[in-house]
Amino acid sequence: MIVIGHGAGGRLTHELVERHFLKPLQNPALSAMLDSGCVGDLAMTTDAFVVTPRFFPGGDLGRLAVAGTVNDLVAVGAIPIGLCAAFILEEGLALEELDRLVASMAATAREAGVEVVAGDTKVVPRGACDGAFITTSGVGRLDPGFRPEPARIQTGDAVLVTGTLADHGVAVMACREGLRLGGELRSDVAPLRVLVDALRDADLEVHAMRDPTRGGAAQCLFELAQGAQRRVVLREQAIPVAAPVRAACELLGLDPLYVANEGKLMVVLPEAQAEQAVALLRAQPLGAHAAIIGQVEDGTPGCELITALGGRRSLRMASGELLPRIC
Amino acid sequence: MCLAVPMEVVRIEGSSGLVRSSGLELEVGLDLLEEVQVGDYVIVHAGYAIQAVPADEAKETLAIFDRLFEGGLRI
Amino acid sequence: MNEAQALLAQLAEWGGPPLTFMEVCGTHTMAAARAGLRTLLPERVRLISGPGCPVCVTPVGFIDHALALAQQHDVILATFGDLMRVPGSQRGGGAAPPSLQRAKAGGADVRVVYSPLGALALARAEREREVVFLGVGFETTTPTVAAAVLQAAREGLDNFSVLGAHKTIPEAMDALATSDELRVDGFLCPGHVSVILGPEVYAPLVEQRGVPCAIAGFETVEILRGLAAMVAQIEAGQPRVDNCYMGAVRAGGNPKARSIAAQVFTQVDSTWRGLGVIPQSGLEIAPAYAAHDAARRFQVELAAPVEPKGCRCGDVLRGVLDPADCALFGRACTPEAPQGACMVSSEGSCAARYHYTEGEGS
Repeated sequence: MIVIGHGAGGRLTHELVERHFLKPLQNPALSAMLDSGCVGDLAMTTDAFVVTPRFFPGGDLGRLAVAGTVNDLVAVGAIPIGLCAAFILEEGLALEELDRLVASMAATAREAGVEVVAGDTKVVPRGACDGAFITTSGVGRLDPGFRPEPARIQTGDAVLVTGTLADHGVAVMACREGLRLGGELRSDVAPLRVLVDALRDADLEVHAMRDPTRGGAAQCLFELAQGAQRRVVLREQAIPVAAPVRAACELLGLDPLYVANEGKLMVVLPEAQAEQAVALLRAQPLGAHAAIIGQVEDGTPGCELITALGGRRSLRMASGELLPRIC
Repeated sequence: MCLAVPMEVVRIEGSSGLVRSSGLELEVGLDLLEEVQVGDYVIVHAGYAIQAVPADEAKETLAIFDRLFEGGLRI
Repeated sequence: MNEAQALLAQLAEWGGPPLTFMEVCGTHTMAAARAGLRTLLPERVRLISGPGCPVCVTPVGFIDHALALAQQHDVILATFGDLMRVPGSQRGGGAAPPSLQRAKAGGADVRVVYSPLGALALARAEREREVVFLGVGFETTTPTVAAAVLQAAREGLDNFSVLGAHKTIPEAMDALATSDELRVDGFLCPGHVSVILGPEVYAPLVEQRGVPCAIAGFETVEILRGLAAMVAQIEAGQPRVDNCYMGAVRAGGNPKARSIAAQVFTQVDSTWRGLGVIPQSGLEIAPAYAAHDAARRFQVELAAPVEPKGCRCGDVLRGVLDPADCALFGRACTPEAPQGACMVSSEGSCAARYHYTEGEGS
């Protein structure tokens, strides 16, 4: 049966997708398992958003629904053409809340330079869904000169992150679950088209990009490493994590490398261009804390971390749902 | 549920306190400590303050943590 | 060279017989694994994990009992996240062992909380339902659960109860210190347990068993300080309790926390997975608070618990088996399909090894 871990983005999700989706649906675009399905010169992607609570510090379900799909398009180098949005609304949802969500979608779409050109609404009886679920689909035009994908990753490439990790997952957890955690925790949810444009416009040779959503940066890099059949080696001391997020992760027993992000990209490109890329990203508000966090090496495909003390440890696939610990 | 870093008590309401550290705030139970005051620093576990740490020692610990994470896992 | 590197260099200078230090604190297990200490420590100075994970040392029957409560009494089970994937023993014909996670997927009302206060809040919010908090932990957690029980009693929250499996660690340390199986050259003492108990509690280990002790915090450098302190004790031939977690661990510990715990709990003999019965190492809710003791409050039908076949959690918990040497490790036993608690508790030795294996990452 489906268990909640199947939705966590880690090993169980992968097994589910491979056995129950890839096999029957069989086709090259799908099997490539990129952030968007690339067919001809089009990129297509879809995502369902079921975050709870629907409003959280730094964002909401509506903003997430637009940003998430835009990011899946720009991560494969596509120029967004348009979005579609399908709403599943629970009987009893306040119209004011729907209005807030849609206003947020509109604002985020404007920010991303994209429009919602088609939509659908379904209403289900009370209890059949939790308030509101939004599915967005996006179409983009692929640029033949800018086609980042894991197969292009080279040994010696630098691995960058566009900013601090774990902001989104921690912000959502903190206001869910009756945690009474607050302070400066804020989701990073944002459309990242402007960051990718900056890299493209500078003619940088970006080899691969991916947004580290469910499963966190570790899961994302693990997938890139598998796709490249190489080893991603990170330096613990180089990884940017905001102080309140680090504290919250310690409190909750979470590893920031496995917590979801919704406004970040992992970028892999030649080492010689890394500093320039960081400078370009940091010139943008959304890339203010961009950093080089590691490099690509030959070796068993996978991901590992060099600790502050010089020890090495592996970063496995995320497993199941993140569960905090007793101390 | 443990935070090794001591947290500063910023507000007290009955047996409940608001504590803060590194920009993170949370509410904790104060039942396990005698006479906590605003400005004290406490160690937190499972939603309760389990020990008070004198402010000067707490600040020293916080400074050490800041140095430990300088340039890396903290910004 | 920073302090941690200097301490490692200092430890590498130990020229005496190989030393085996044991930590008995889940947070230390995780911190050491995360830092990759196993690969960094010199060959002659080993740090192994003992029974520091309270979820791991709780016999499987506890999960069976919790599941029976959910299924036979329709209670809300409030639990720390740690317990969610621990396998129970009553398979009942299903392929996979039951767990709180699977029970929740099947409709049982299981809710993850981060504090006993969260369970209290549930009890306040849902007065028509019974809320049972699963109480597992050592001396850091026990007073928090006791405080919650006292609060429930004060508020007349008669729908709040605790299914308790709390244990105390010093008695287990003594059992390990006197074991024939393994020589423990020193204990890295738990950080926050020591906050509650104070450094004095380890004095008998030093005086009666001659075992070096060092209380350490959770950062890598703090763990290394603790190890270096014990090596220094051994070099001087003078075992003692070194408090390397100053500030947090104070003489006398936290008397109020201990007194609250003593008000609600009484000491009993207790069975530890892997260690058998250790006298006076467990805690039961005192008769005065029976109304908040889920074991007394609810009658359940329980079959005899069965420890999983081939599972060597017990040997791992006693420090005599390295997780990677267990035949099931990484094969029949993984975090997604665990045989025993050590692989799924976030403080379990096997989980720590599995997640943080140095070198390979696929």
